[in-house]
Amino acid sequence: MISSEQLTHYIYAVRSAILAHEADIECLDREIGDGDHYINMKRGCEAIAGLAEALTKLPLVDALNSIGMKLLSTIGGASGPLFASFFIGMSKTLKVNGPDSAMHIAAAFDAGVQAIMQRGKAQAGEKTMLDVLIPVAETFKSLAAQGKSTREIAGILKQVAIEGVESTRSMLATKGRASGLGERVIGHLDAGAKSCQVMIHAVCDQVLDEQSRQPAP
Amino acid sequence: MKKFLNHVDHMLTESLSGFAAAHHDLVTLQLEPTFIARKHKAQNKVALISGGGSGHEPLHAGYVGKGMLDAACPGQVFTSPTPDQMLAAAEAVHAGQGVLFIVKNYAGDVMNFEMAAEMLPFAHATVLTADDCAVVNSTYTTGRRGVAGTVIVEKCVGSLADSGADLASCKALGDKINQHTSSIGVALTSCTVPAAGRPTFDITDSEIEMGVGIHGEPGRRREPMRDADAMIADMVAAIVHDFTAKQLPTQGDILLLVNGLGATPLMELYLIYNTAARLLTAKGFQITRSLVGNYTTAIDMAGASLTVCLLDDEIQQHWDSPVHTVGLRWGC
Repeated sequence: MISSEQLTHYIYAVRSAILAHEADIECLDREIGDGDHYINMKRGCEAIAGLAEALTKLPLVDALNSIGMKLLSTIGGASGPLFASFFIGMSKTLKVNGPDSAMHIAAAFDAGVQAIMQRGKAQAGEKTMLDVLIPVAETFKSLAAQGKSTREIAGILKQVAIEGVESTRSMLATKGRASGLGERVIGHLDAGAKSCQVMIHAVCDQVLDEQSRQPAP
Repeated sequence: MKKFLNHVDHMLTESLSGFAAAHHDLVTLQLEPTFIARKHKAQNKVALISGGGSGHEPLHAGYVGKGMLDAACPGQVFTSPTPDQMLAAAEAVHAGQGVLFIVKNYAGDVMNFEMAAEMLPFAHATVLTADDCAVVNSTYTTGRRGVAGTVIVEKCVGSLADSGADLASCKALGDKINQHTSSIGVALTSCTVPAAGRPTFDITDSEIEMGVGIHGEPGRRREPMRDADAMIADMVAAIVHDFTAKQLPTQGDILLLVNGLGATPLMELYLIYNTAARLLTAKGFQITRSLVGNYTTAIDMAGASLTVCLLDDEIQQHWDSPVHTVGLRWGC
């Protein structure tokens, strides 16, 4: 169960994490991208942080949809439609299932990732954010189905996200701005994958922090 | 970084406001959602809307006006505009005959225009420009990039749309010109995105980036700097090779566009034209139309691109027709 109030904590955590990783994200994008990814991520984070107060008054389903619509009209580039599709897709699935279990949250996360795949016409293995998001979604669903604790899930997802971003190092890019570069991209990490890993870590760390402050059962 | 700048967050708005004020006889500016439209709305014609990241001026806002675009949606620097901009522009300039989007083939532009098209309450179609032959097309990539050839598409389709042709004919002409056009660029230096504050890529004085994109995306090869003739010969060869791959004839009438990427003086662009024209003529082409200048830039990059468009009667007629925009003006 995630409340809208928790959501705002995640939003602030994601913004801080993106700002803290400016140098790494920008450096990766400069190597094989076109240098605008960090600026776009920052603009999106600032826009959503500005919305956070208002979001606390909304049910989670509506808050996620509002995040998607705001990102769509704020970021531009490829990141705008892709992240917008993620939040709108997540919201749609939560609306059907309700946000009351880890399995439902995992299913909604997975639906968001599916929406990105559809919009970007991309798969795993193309050196994109999906190389982090797909394994995280798969692992999240499977851990939730096994009834693992929130703490355990958050810890494992952080590890999967790291492995995901590392996996892009040896890949050829077949989608996005880097796809024109052929073999020159091998050896470089994908900046979009890195941003996703940073955001997933920020949310998982926030979740772990909440857990550690809860009294033991 | 040394640029005329107050605050990086206000740069685009200040520049667009200056553009609209300087050319108030031709265009109007709407802010949030942001677009540039013709001063006098055209009636009963297909509405032509383009857009893309800023930093390529005069593309696209500089091509709004009689005989070219009805509106242009500028995004942040090198970042595609957002769907609400295209929807607001379409709402403003739609004139009863549908909307044609002209979109450079980049993942971000394609997705944002696609989402706008899905929400559009009018008949619509999209021409994707993909003239850059530095990027080899394959089913595994996003495909070729749209670069300076986009200007030729906007000019000719703009002429056809102003003549009252329907949406399908406008799209067909745009697709044909894209098919008839190949471009390749070369960078001598990087460009600097103002918000990033430093060059997008590192390159020494003795190197060039062959096949560079208009955002400073690295091309296919980093090469040693050579004589202009040697570099231009490789660029012409790449275009001729692409014509062959597209099964276009490597003879006949062509339009040759030598485009500056932002920081290369006209003196050098004309030197490039001199060599390119000689080589293309030797291959068997007749250069019957030409354009030299900064038409699709990459902020402050030193470098240039060559674009060759194979002309037929229809394309030539629409290239020659009167146009009055900030970036192109002749015949009126």
